[in-house]
Amino acid sequence: MKKKLKLVMVGNGMAGVRTLEELLKIAPDLYDITVFGAEPHPNYNRIMLSPVLAGEQTIDEIVLNSWAWYSDNRITLHAGKKVVEVDRIKRIVRAEDGTEAAYDRLLMCTGSTPFMLPVPGNNLKGVIAYRDIADTDCMIETARTHKNAVVIGGGLLGLEAANGLMLRGMNVTVVHVMPWLMERQLDDVAGKLLQKSLEDRGLTFLMGAQTQDMVGGEDGRVKSIRFKDGTEVAADLVVMAVGIRPNVELAEKMRLHCNRGIVVTDTLQTVTDARIYSVGECAAHRGIAYGLVAPLFEQAKVAANHLAQFGIDRYLGSLTSTKLKVTGIDLFSAGEFMGGEGTEEIVMSDPFGGVYRKLVLKDDKLVGACLYGDTGDGSWYFKLLREGLSVHEIRDRLMFGEPDAGLQKEG
Amino acid sequence: MRETKSTCPYCGVGCGVIIESDGAQITGVRGDPDHPANFGRLCTKGSTLHLTASAPVTRQTRLLQPMQRLVRGEAPMAVSWDTAMDNAAGKFAQVIQDHGPDSVGFYISGQLLTEDYYVFNKLAKGLVGTNNVDTNSRLCMSSAVAGYKQTLGADAPPACYDDLKHAECLFIVGSNTAWAHPILFRRIEDAKAANPALRIVVADPRRTDTVEIADLFLPIQPGTDVMLFNGMLHLMLREGWTDAAYIAAHTNGFDALAATVRECTPDKVAQVCGIATDDLLAAARLFATSPTTLSLYCQGLNQSSSGTAKNAALINLHLATGQISKPGAGPFSLTGQPNAMGGREVGGLANLLSAHRDLANPAHRAEVAALWGVPSVPEKPGKTAVEMFQAAADGEIRALWIACTNPAQSMPDQATVRRALERAEFVVVQEAFATTATCAFADLLLPATTWGEKDGSVTNSERRISRVRPAIAAPGETRHDWSIATDFARRLEERLGRTGTLFPYESAESVWNEHRETTRGRDLDITGLSYAMLDDLGPQQWPLKEGDATGRARLYEDGVFPTPDGRARFADTPYTPVAEAREARYPFSLNTGRLRDQWHGMSRTGTAPRLFGHVAEPMVQMNPQDMARRQIGEGDLVHLTSRRGSIMLPARASTEIGLAQAFVAMHWGEEYLSGCSSTGTRLAGINAVTTPAYCPTSKQPELKHTAVKILKAELPWSLLTMAWLPPDEVLAVHRALQPLMAMFPFATCVPFSGNTRDAAGGERSGLLFRAAAHDTPADALLEQIEALLGLQSADTLRYADRRRGQRRSVRLVRRADQSAGLEAFLLAGDTSAEAWIATLLREELPAQSYGRLLLSPGSRAPLAVQSRGKPVCTCFNVTDLAIRTELGRCGGAPDERLAALQGALKCGTNCGSCIPELKRMIRMAPAEVIPEGA
Repeated sequence: MKKKLKLVMVGNGMAGVRTLEELLKIAPDLYDITVFGAEPHPNYNRIMLSPVLAGEQTIDEIVLNSWAWYSDNRITLHAGKKVVEVDRIKRIVRAEDGTEAAYDRLLMCTGSTPFMLPVPGNNLKGVIAYRDIADTDCMIETARTHKNAVVIGGGLLGLEAANGLMLRGMNVTVVHVMPWLMERQLDDVAGKLLQKSLEDRGLTFLMGAQTQDMVGGEDGRVKSIRFKDGTEVAADLVVMAVGIRPNVELAEKMRLHCNRGIVVTDTLQTVTDARIYSVGECAAHRGIAYGLVAPLFEQAKVAANHLAQFGIDRYLGSLTSTKLKVTGIDLFSAGEFMGGEGTEEIVMSDPFGGVYRKLVLKDDKLVGACLYGDTGDGSWYFKLLREGLSVHEIRDRLMFGEPDAGLQKEG
Repeated sequence: MRETKSTCPYCGVGCGVIIESDGAQITGVRGDPDHPANFGRLCTKGSTLHLTASAPVTRQTRLLQPMQRLVRGEAPMAVSWDTAMDNAAGKFAQVIQDHGPDSVGFYISGQLLTEDYYVFNKLAKGLVGTNNVDTNSRLCMSSAVAGYKQTLGADAPPACYDDLKHAECLFIVGSNTAWAHPILFRRIEDAKAANPALRIVVADPRRTDTVEIADLFLPIQPGTDVMLFNGMLHLMLREGWTDAAYIAAHTNGFDALAATVRECTPDKVAQVCGIATDDLLAAARLFATSPTTLSLYCQGLNQSSSGTAKNAALINLHLATGQISKPGAGPFSLTGQPNAMGGREVGGLANLLSAHRDLANPAHRAEVAALWGVPSVPEKPGKTAVEMFQAAADGEIRALWIACTNPAQSMPDQATVRRALERAEFVVVQEAFATTATCAFADLLLPATTWGEKDGSVTNSERRISRVRPAIAAPGETRHDWSIATDFARRLEERLGRTGTLFPYESAESVWNEHRETTRGRDLDITGLSYAMLDDLGPQQWPLKEGDATGRARLYEDGVFPTPDGRARFADTPYTPVAEAREARYPFSLNTGRLRDQWHGMSRTGTAPRLFGHVAEPMVQMNPQDMARRQIGEGDLVHLTSRRGSIMLPARASTEIGLAQAFVAMHWGEEYLSGCSSTGTRLAGINAVTTPAYCPTSKQPELKHTAVKILKAELPWSLLTMAWLPPDEVLAVHRALQPLMAMFPFATCVPFSGNTRDAAGGERSGLLFRAAAHDTPADALLEQIEALLGLQSADTLRYADRRRGQRRSVRLVRRADQSAGLEAFLLAGDTSAEAWIATLLREELPAQSYGRLLLSPGSRAPLAVQSRGKPVCTCFNVTDLAIRTELGRCGGAPDERLAALQGALKCGTNCGSCIPELKRMIRMAPAEVIPEGA
């Protein structure tokens, strides 16, 4: 029988492993597969770290692929081994500890690294990012021993972290430089509704506050955070959730063309080296490095198809939608929810039921949606958004959910 | 609790009321069992009088201090009585000196008391020296006056209420007695019950509730009454049904009339009146051959360009058949207003003098001058209502004094009336309510007392004088109308250089005593009457000469009439058609008239939201076939246009209305029905279209017939908003909304009240604002409206699609029982959701399960809504739905079913005003009907 090709995957994250799963589905025997992962864990659902932090789930529950899965699929897994070098001429991958693996196809899934504010004290003990199990454990630990936490960044991740820490008994202050929360996913109205309901749950917010520096105690741990306006807030733990940067350290070393991520084509092959694929938060497709899970899975599907040498299907980018995983708070946004040139807005608010909805239309097509309080119809809107069909006929009922489906739901 | 006997301020039946008060506030009202007009009964309006005199109403709607408007169109400012009266006197004196006495005019009211009336009349004719004093009775009774004088010789209804008991035939023409004079109608029902042989004939262009009791109904074409009467006389002559003996003994001028009616053959009459010849014959037979025939008539005859002829032609029938001056027979004119009679008695009209004296008669003028102690009273007839405003519009009359009436609502041809009010140099409005349309034109506003506060007397339809007594003190700085007039007169005397006053009055009684003296020797002689007697023996009929113990129930029983030769005069009454005939460009006959639960301009009834339960909103009623032919749907907006103006309002199909006819209630002035014309002027309500054409003799305008065209209006954008409001805000908010009505091409704004009522009889009240426009108005305007109706609060549910002009706001409140109720809503753009959401609010149904589906569009309710229906019985709040359901259960003869209804639901067991409607529903609804849904 014909000798198998060698596929090496750098990074043991969700996007990459999903690619393998897709690949094994359509071409189970094409490759000998080797996986390098920096974390000493099998592939777990990073998205679900928040529920873990909130104490609603355990690490085990969020593991997507158990150790057994790798062996069952005859995948060589080098967990906890960080790849430091790739020889594109000899087509060899080398890890810190010297472990090597040769490849015919290389899949770069190095993901992203959290961005740390370049302010004095950002290296103090107790100043962390929120990215992986280690960070999560650290927070859970600190919550046991300390009282005050400050989360910098009122985005998706920051709010989930803040919520988790609060549920673990800390009094949490969220510092956000923008006028309203999750400004990339919500409009001002929804953002303020969100802030209100989080405040009701016990979170404190400092909006528009600009961090100057972090003050450490003699034990070397952070003890407070200072702002440009001179105010100061006590903090035994500072979580930075001010965004992520594609992790291209290795790729650059390999002289792969990077620009806001490893630049890939519609087939997810790097523009520099056709043997090398890249998916996930590290990949820059048409100038966008996606930070959400849905697009990554779409990339995985396409990448797998090409790795399987079928050459069908291209990745054309994704419309993204957001959901916040804070129990009891439903919000959804997608598309150009902020409106803009030539768009029309339909707005509905129901303070009585704590619901807000904004739909943005352009040329009778739904181009954006921002839902707060009840995201029941989110998927329907998202469908309309993707299909881009005219909603002229149903415009007046659009706000009230899928025709008739809506009515029963409410009744 | 204190009890005060007084009189109802509404229609001319003149019911006695007992006002309950705690000294400071009127707390209740009930019928006076001892009053011979009503024996304790009251109609829907009378029994809710206390609601219109509550503290919140007074606070929100009454004019409580003198106000002066320095710049027209701006808000008036409070001034002291002294300043106000000096300004008024100064201005009038100057105008009189510069331009003569005929350059001022006094336009007063049939709702004033006899005493008020007397002073105003003496002020104009005795002091100023002009006969330019006329009243809204000109729009009401002047044809009846002229008709009586022309035929019987004096302005005196010869019959009395008691005649209903003795009549064998009732001839009701041009009167919707069931609605306009409900308590009298109760007595008709009693008479019919007591004497099943009683035959009732009703002639009316509309199939009104009054028709329910009729044995014979003549749906005549508008304005053809004279032809009908002449045709009846024609047949009476042919059949030999006339009373030749009576004609020979007591009348003159029959031959000329006989010649005239010879032309009125049954075929011609049938053709002109649009009735069957058999019915005509039946009517003539019943009228002439019944042992006693009493005819009852009102505005259908009076408000006509041939009003005098109509009255006279009917009286002709009574004279020709001897159906007069005997128990149960006679021509009985029903008075529209509570004291039109009193006004006529003191001569408070431009062509009359005190005590039924005639201005044209030099002897009469001399008598009055002598009585008043003035050298003479002016000879030149004064300007009657329509002429007076025309003269003001032409600049001939420069100063107007308007008291206790609302010409900017009630006069025909509002364009002219408003031009008059704007052109006049000085307009004084003496009013109890600050809310009337006329107040907006006043330079000086003088706060007057009103029902429950006033002291004096009134005369009802049957010549019965009743006392009006105060139950509470005059609120704020209000004063009695007679004393305002007196104060003004004395100041004017000084300025006109008169020494000694003609107005030495200290009390209403002192005025009345002077009036009494003027009646000495006249047909209405009341020299035997006194306040004391009225207090001791109760209301009395005139005449009551010195020495008489009681008044006279019937007049002319001896066959002697107050004419020079003692004989009644047949009036030669050729038929003349309406002034403005239907024609191709104006193919509809517009009729106007009263609603059951409203009164005139609604300045009083409009303060009781409960009274909007029977008819909630302005509308034009049309025959269903006419609507179908013009593709006008139920509730569609239509342009109602005459030669003088155009208004917009919703159309409603009604089988009461004949083909090519239309009906709009007279009440809807710009306070309730308005909008903005294409030229940007505010629309003035129903009388923007009516005609000023008047009867040459009585000068009464033809409010009952205007030729109009009715075209469907295409206004794509519509607005409906309803809100519950606290009782001490609802009327104030209504006033605040009124200016906004003119921001839309069409707008109505009316109060409404809860279908549910608490034990105390109190109910929640709210406002309904409806509008339509060619395109979406600015958000700011809608936000202004929302703010007034509590829809700008943070907890308001909202839906907005600016581009499509769609905007919906809903406010819910948690109730005690944890259910959520609709407090207010606004629908803009597409208002079809009214079909269910209005019911949710109006009937206070639980709405929590709807959530934000309350914002969903379309006439189909997201969840089924079961309406309680529209109230029919206002007293016990029984709805049409409840009644139909109950009727489905009970079978049998109509009377049994009515009894069953009254037993089961209590409807029609209090004031009885809804009984005719109940009877119609019984006729319409066989057993086992399916109640219609919401």
